[in-house]
This record gives sequence, C-alpha cells and structure tokens, in this order.
Amino acid sequence: MITAEQKPLNEIIEYITPYDRILLVGCNECVTVCAAGGRKEVGLLASALNLHFLKQGRTIDITELTLERQCDPEYVEELVSEIDRADAILSMACGCGVQTIAERYKEKPVFPAVNTKFMGASESQGIWAERCRGCGDCLLGITGGICPVARCSKQLLNGPCGGTSNGMCEISPDVECAWCLIWERLKALGMEKRYEEIMEAKDFRPAGGGGPRKIIREDLSL
Amino acid sequence: MKTESKLEKVLASGALAVTSEVGPPRGAIPEKVKEKASLIKDHVDAINVTDNQTAMVRMSSWAAGVIIKQMGLDPILQMVTRDRNRLAIQSDIIGAYSMGINTMMCLSGDHVKFGDHPMANGVFDLDSIQLVQTVKKMRDEGKFQGGADIKSPPKMFIGAAANPFADPFELRVMRLAKKMKAGADFIQTQCIFNLDKFEKYMEMVCDRGLDEQIHILAGITPMKSAGMARYMKNKVPGMDVPDEVIKRMEAVPKEEQPEEGIKIAIESIERLKEVKGVHGFHIMAIEWEEKVPQIVEKAGLFPRPVL
Repeated sequence: MITAEQKPLNEIIEYITPYDRILLVGCNECVTVCAAGGRKEVGLLASALNLHFLKQGRTIDITELTLERQCDPEYVEELVSEIDRADAILSMACGCGVQTIAERYKEKPVFPAVNTKFMGASESQGIWAERCRGCGDCLLGITGGICPVARCSKQLLNGPCGGTSNGMCEISPDVECAWCLIWERLKALGMEKRYEEIMEAKDFRPAGGGGPRKIIREDLSL
Repeated sequence: MKTESKLEKVLASGALAVTSEVGPPRGAIPEKVKEKASLIKDHVDAINVTDNQTAMVRMSSWAAGVIIKQMGLDPILQMVTRDRNRLAIQSDIIGAYSMGINTMMCLSGDHVKFGDHPMANGVFDLDSIQLVQTVKKMRDEGKFQGGADIKSPPKMFIGAAANPFADPFELRVMRLAKKMKAGADFIQTQCIFNLDKFEKYMEMVCDRGLDEQIHILAGITPMKSAGMARYMKNKVPGMDVPDEVIKRMEAVPKEEQPEEGIKIAIESIERLKEVKGVHGFHIMAIEWEEKVPQIVEKAGLFPRPVL
C-alpha cells in the first residue's frame, strides 16, 4: 500500500490560516490502514486545529468528511454538496488523492495534510517498510522475492557492495542488506547459480524515466 | 594487448605491479595534485585518482588524472556510478581517453550519506558491474551502452574493486567471477589486514582458476596509529582488522606507531608476494603518500620495471 505520515501541525496551520471554512477530507484506503489519514485521524486533526485557533481567539469552521477512495473521481464527486461552503480543502490522502481533488475542484485551493512516503508493507504492528519503487519491470522472480531496487541503498542490481557487515547495510546497522537477504533466499531455494548471472543495466523507461506513466486498458475504458 | 595501458604491460610481463593513489583536493589547487603525484611517481606503475571519495566533492578525477598524465605519469581514472548516469559516464570516459587516460577503475562509490552532501540523490543508473560491461562494450565492440556505434572508441584497461572481507564471505569469490565475466581485466582489493582470511579467499579464487583470467592487486594500507587501526575496525564498513594487529600497534609507544604501521605493511607485502594469484599491490597510504617510496623499496618492489 501507499504509506503516509501526517505533516507537522505548524505546516498545516500555515496553509489554512488565511481561510475560515475548511473541508477536511480523509480517505478510507491506504492512509486509513497506516493510520495517517482515515476517519479517526480526520477527527483528531480537526480537534487539534480547532483548539489551536481557539487559543488564538478565532473560530474556524471545519467540515470533516472521509471518502471511500480519494484517488477515484467517482468518490471525489461526493464533495460536490460541500464544496461551495468551503474556502479551502485540506486533504489527508496520499498525493494521488490530493491531485484528484485539485483536478475536480479547480476553483478551490487544496492542501496536503500528510507527506506521502512510499509503497510499503507492514513489518509488525505500527511499523511499515518500503518494499516497492514501482519500477514497472518487476525483478522479484529472479531475486528470490526481495527487491534490490527498493531495498538496496544503492539500488544495485548486482550486489552486494563491499559495505555489508553482519548482514546489515553500510548506511545503518538498522537497515538490512537487501543483497544478503537475496543471497540467503536464493540459497534456501537452491537457486545459488542464479547469483552469478549478471543483471544487465536497467531500462528506466518503465520506471518513469520515459515521463509520467499511464496505464490504458482499452478493455475497461468507456 | 587490449590497450596502451602501462599497467597492462607490466602485468603482462609477469612482474608484480605496484599502484598507489592520489586523492584530488577540495578546491582548485592543481599544485596539490602534482605535489602528491611527485611523491610516488618513481615507485609506482600507475596512480589511481579517486572520484569524490567518501562522497565529498573534490576536483573531478578525470581533471586530476589529466594533470598527472601531463606530468608524464600514468593515472588510473576511478569512476563511481553514484554521481553520474550512463550518458555522463560515457562522455567522461571518451573525454578522459582523449586526454591520454587509458586505465580505469569501475566502482559504485560510497553512499552519499557518508559525505558532505547527505541530502544529494545518489544516481546509480548503473552499478559497478554494469559499468565494467559498459567500458568493455565501448572498447571491444565500439558501441555505446545504448547500442549506437562509437567513432574511434576509447580503449580502457578495466579495473574493478573486490572486498574479500565483506559479508557474506561465501559470495565474495562468486562476485569476483561476476566482475571478471563482465569484463574486468584487473582487481584492486580492499585493504588487507586479515592475511589468513585473504589467503583463504585467494585459495578459493585459484580453485576456480580465476587467477589465470584476472590480475589481482592486493590492497595495502599502512596504519599511522593504534587509534586508526581501531577506527578502521569499528567504523569503516566492510573492513576486517584482527585484534592481533591492533594489539601490535598498541604495544609500541605512540611516537613509534607510524613506524610499526609501515613495518606491518611491508611484512604483509612480503607474505602476500608468495600467494598464488597475487599479481601486484595497490598501496593506499591515506594522506600519507610520502611513505609509499619507503614501503615499495623495503618490500623489494623497487626499481619499477621500465617498459
């Protein structure tokens, strides 16, 4: 999923200070799972903002709303009934959600309340870690199910570099060396020979090097 | 011969090669490059010119290499994939070769985290093995990485690094084989302090017959103090400094420690000369270039062959 973290409160306050009526919009998908921008976080942020402006002797009108999926125009349409009452929109979705709103409601400013971080998986309760860079040409089938693009600090396709120690990456004793993991996994699968096959220089076009990416499914489009 | 490289000629002659390195200055100080190169010029066959080492901005390795070339010496252009994409890499190779540089080292480079621009984005469009492939393709096929023909292709003698001490040990020989398969002609190793482990590594290298297909230059670094030995053991990733070495350095008074460090370096060379597959030495005397001549002489590697 896409992970996110709430921005520092001061930054959010700075965005919305010029406005009196705020439409605060959460998303029921990824940001709900990683507890950054779901219904619960929308409520908490609204309270924090109300409190802040009350202390300043000012009341602002915050409307809370959490959409099923903010990156989908169909659900973003649901804001139509609220949009006229708002001076600005504060979105707690990932960058895709923020932009879907911006594209639909061109006359209203929209501000992000979270920083979109990465595509990751949950390692354990409360911990998410990067697992995919969306490079558009998945290598997991030949790297034992561990991604060197997302998990090697140098994105080496032919690792490990000389900086590994005790299975950890040179950048930090808390970061596992992706290539040590790959090697262990290849061994466990009896696929050691695969290691000596050179992975050729990557074509970065599917990774975004060819410009913004788009998927067009003619079988599905209207 | 694949190239005009002096290092290639020395290695082909069967003599033990000697290389050392010059770290370019952090400013427009060409005199500093000349000064450092002058200290070692008679005692080495070729001089590595490091490329933004430790991820700190320095005079570019090809520019410092040209200064060294103009002194009538033989620079080895180090190139890291951290700072350039494949376009910049290939244009720099053509540029360097056009200025007379014919030997290079292909590296991935220290992570930007360790340098003075930790906020920078590492490029890593290629990795070190893909860089080796690229340089070989330019030389042997006369083609760019992207496939187009090169008019008058650069002919580089191709080096790569090996760290026999990083984890996992069992992968290290396979990784060397991979670099060789990619097209590396010679290898310079990480600094060797754990000689037993290195000898074991070389045994595995020879068991696979790799020593007959690639030249391995053993990395030697003289230590200035017991403090430096401890620092290298504890702080430098992938470095293996055995406790005996640290104890030996600590056992002598501080003012004699530099001499002890040099003694260890010389003894290491003497011992490694006998190891099958070691075809030379790469002496990395970090900010201590003036000691290289003494080490080379006392280790019996002087005078250097004239070819």
